[in-house]
Amino acid sequence: MDWINSIIQGILVGGLYALFAAGLSLIFGVMRLVNIAHGDLIILSAFLGLTVSTSLNLHPFASLIVVLPIMGVFGYVLQRGILNKTLGNDILPPLLVTFGLSVIIQNGLMELYTADPQKMNAGNIEVASLSLPGGLNIGWFPLLMFIISIIIIGILQFIFYKTSLGRAFRATSDDQEIAQLMGLSKNHIYGLAMAISMIVVAIAGIFLGIRTSFDPSAGPSRLIFGFEAVIIGGLGNLWGTLIGGIILGVSQNIGAKINPGWQLLAGHIAFLVVLAFRPKGLFHRMDG
Amino acid sequence: MTTDRFEIVQSSSASRISIFIAFFIIIILFFAPWWAGRADIRLLSEIFLYLSLASLWNLLAGYCGLVSVGQQAFVGFGGYLLFALTIFAGFNPLLAIPISGIFGALISLPIAFLIFRLRGAYFAIGTWVVAEVFRLSFAQIQSLGGGSGSSLPVAIVRSIASSKAMRESLIYWMILGLTVLILVSVYLILRSRRGIALIAIRDNELASESLGINITRSKLFVYIITSGLTTILGALIFLQKLRISPDAAFNVNDWTAFVIFIVVIGGIGTIEGPIIGVLVFFLLRETLADLGTIYLIMLGCVAIAVMIKAPKGVWGFVSSTFKIELFPLSRKLKNK
Amino acid sequence: MHKKILETKNLNAFYGDFQALFEVSIDLFEGEIISIIGANGAGKSTFMKAVTGLLAKVENDINLKGKSIKNLRADEIAKKGIAMVPEGRKLFPSLSVEENLLIGGQINRIGPWNLTSIYKLFPDLYEKKNMPSNLLSGGQQQMAAIGRALMSNPEIILFDEISLGLAPIIIKKIYQNLPDVIKDGMSAIVVEQDISKAIEISNRVYCLQEGKIALSGNSNKLTREEISKAYFGM
Repeated sequence: MDWINSIIQGILVGGLYALFAAGLSLIFGVMRLVNIAHGDLIILSAFLGLTVSTSLNLHPFASLIVVLPIMGVFGYVLQRGILNKTLGNDILPPLLVTFGLSVIIQNGLMELYTADPQKMNAGNIEVASLSLPGGLNIGWFPLLMFIISIIIIGILQFIFYKTSLGRAFRATSDDQEIAQLMGLSKNHIYGLAMAISMIVVAIAGIFLGIRTSFDPSAGPSRLIFGFEAVIIGGLGNLWGTLIGGIILGVSQNIGAKINPGWQLLAGHIAFLVVLAFRPKGLFHRMDG
Repeated sequence: MTTDRFEIVQSSSASRISIFIAFFIIIILFFAPWWAGRADIRLLSEIFLYLSLASLWNLLAGYCGLVSVGQQAFVGFGGYLLFALTIFAGFNPLLAIPISGIFGALISLPIAFLIFRLRGAYFAIGTWVVAEVFRLSFAQIQSLGGGSGSSLPVAIVRSIASSKAMRESLIYWMILGLTVLILVSVYLILRSRRGIALIAIRDNELASESLGINITRSKLFVYIITSGLTTILGALIFLQKLRISPDAAFNVNDWTAFVIFIVVIGGIGTIEGPIIGVLVFFLLRETLADLGTIYLIMLGCVAIAVMIKAPKGVWGFVSSTFKIELFPLSRKLKNK
Repeated sequence: MHKKILETKNLNAFYGDFQALFEVSIDLFEGEIISIIGANGAGKSTFMKAVTGLLAKVENDINLKGKSIKNLRADEIAKKGIAMVPEGRKLFPSLSVEENLLIGGQINRIGPWNLTSIYKLFPDLYEKKNMPSNLLSGGQQQMAAIGRALMSNPEIILFDEISLGLAPIIIKKIYQNLPDVIKDGMSAIVVEQDISKAIEISNRVYCLQEGKIALSGNSNKLTREEISKAYFGM
């Protein structure tokens, strides 16, 4: 029973990992950029949520009203101001610039907030649980997190495949030169894509901040979880990324059950196994 | 025939002069234990270690397009191997160091098997994951101190040399020697036929593939060599520190972030770049390191600014403005 | 008297350090069809790229209705009413046929062309509208690419080597349709390797040879001999 509980927890946290991954995946799909600072931006959102909810006396979920637009605008400005200038045939500039950004964000947060771990308080929902037959208890919060992750992935799929903006994303991703001939401003499209990615990052950050304690150096682990979920699931497939996140979460929890020190290691091993035997991921639709 | 009028020349007067100067400098540095104080020796050692790490990273990233943010895996591996080989296998530390390099090269094979399946930035993150696996795994080994680490036993330290001064000098000379070896090796690799192939790959992968150059084999060769050498550097680093822990051994900031900044600011894809970069880096550190996190933020800003405004770094700017090369790599046509 | 709608004056164009066009002066008047012919590498596609804003380094003038567009971005030029059917079709593989047309129309200029009228012109496309565009035959892809360009209701439409890679019977069919496409006052530039098709469809012709204009004149007045000489640079 304990094992089943672990597995269910793993599935539910997989939704959060899929959220980490979705923003990463989106940006890679549209502009072939991998944002090394992605995890740090998630932590930045968590800190932002913390500050907003404590200073305005808001529930962490309500802080999204402020955090969401801030991160969205920040993403647009970051892309147009800095990242667009790094895009081209060379893979080094975007990688090194986002790496530099990662260092800046981590140390900036350290300056502003110190290295102390923080956590947001969401009240009763954090401990409330749902009783299921067989003695299983599922926390309402993890369940909510999972459901919202699915909804967000669904929304992203909808945007990508059923709207003119999504059409513009796909066209620009296919052939950025010809897309310009259609009147699409590459700079603007990329800016919008990053804005959307940052909005997803904001939501992921708030959830993270409620679920667990975080500190300025927690970014890279989140990047790695998101990355592993993307690779396990396969590039170019958001639903695959959800499965990837779930596999990652379940592996981590099974590892933790065997030995608490093995939690992270188990996840990495699952990733390496998929990399060894199915390097393109389980449901891949796009090449790297 | 018009070809009789030209010959292919690789060195220039600038490079010939710099070879003399370099020789002179190396001799002076060799005698440092006599004219420099202990703190200065330590600083010089650190500079050389970073220069070596940077040159190797540059070879991987600037020439092979293999951008690793996980070289700390090998640094830490070298450190732990030093401890394990001396404590459990009874090797003399001086012998354990080159042996660790061999192990480093060996383990890079299965790692390459896995991560070469990834491309570009995903490859980079893959190397990070590997470093994390190393860190988490070594934290589980209780006999080497587990999560809190361990110190090198006094007896082993004494076996290097009898006096502290002699020990420090020996380690310093090993580091100096290794740095010169690495710089020379990097230069020779790039000057060789394989090296020309690498530069061709860097400039246009598809074109060089169509010329029959086996890209994967060339990249693998470089990856194995840099892994082995980085492992040796790790062993030397922790021989100096005398203490190891998973967080120190596999620290991203110390062994990757700083190295990347050095290469980027100095000039990526050039041999001279890391030399300039390491000088700039230490200059900044000596003057600004008190500022702690602010210093790191500034480093990040400088790296971003350099990448956007002057992607070839300080040396790239100098080299293209004044058209000089200290380590001659390009072949020029010269009138006979 | 028809007004000049597009002109280049002594245009130099470069790919990095390599100069591909030398002092090219070409005029396009309202409502006319001109063709640009030349061998491979003569600079025809370079010219198209320069006009549509896809070339980074150009010197001297490109004017649309008297105003310079030399420094505008490609998307800005597209919004001003210049559309291109690119060499090799270059449909978006991630988009269906209909989505390709829709993205062509996202500039949203007023005019007779919309999904309905495009499907009327090319009924084959309507049948396959939800298919991924890269699954169409060569000829159908060409129709889709033309439709995509038309959807923006441009004033000037550029055809870059539309006969390349297509069977003669398909080429014939497409050129038969062309007058229906270029009506209502649209102007067109047709870049072609197939000299007879180029001469047939256009009012005036320019011949490029190694980046320079070797010959220009009215299509019905130039002799085969004159054209061959200019084409091959003899």
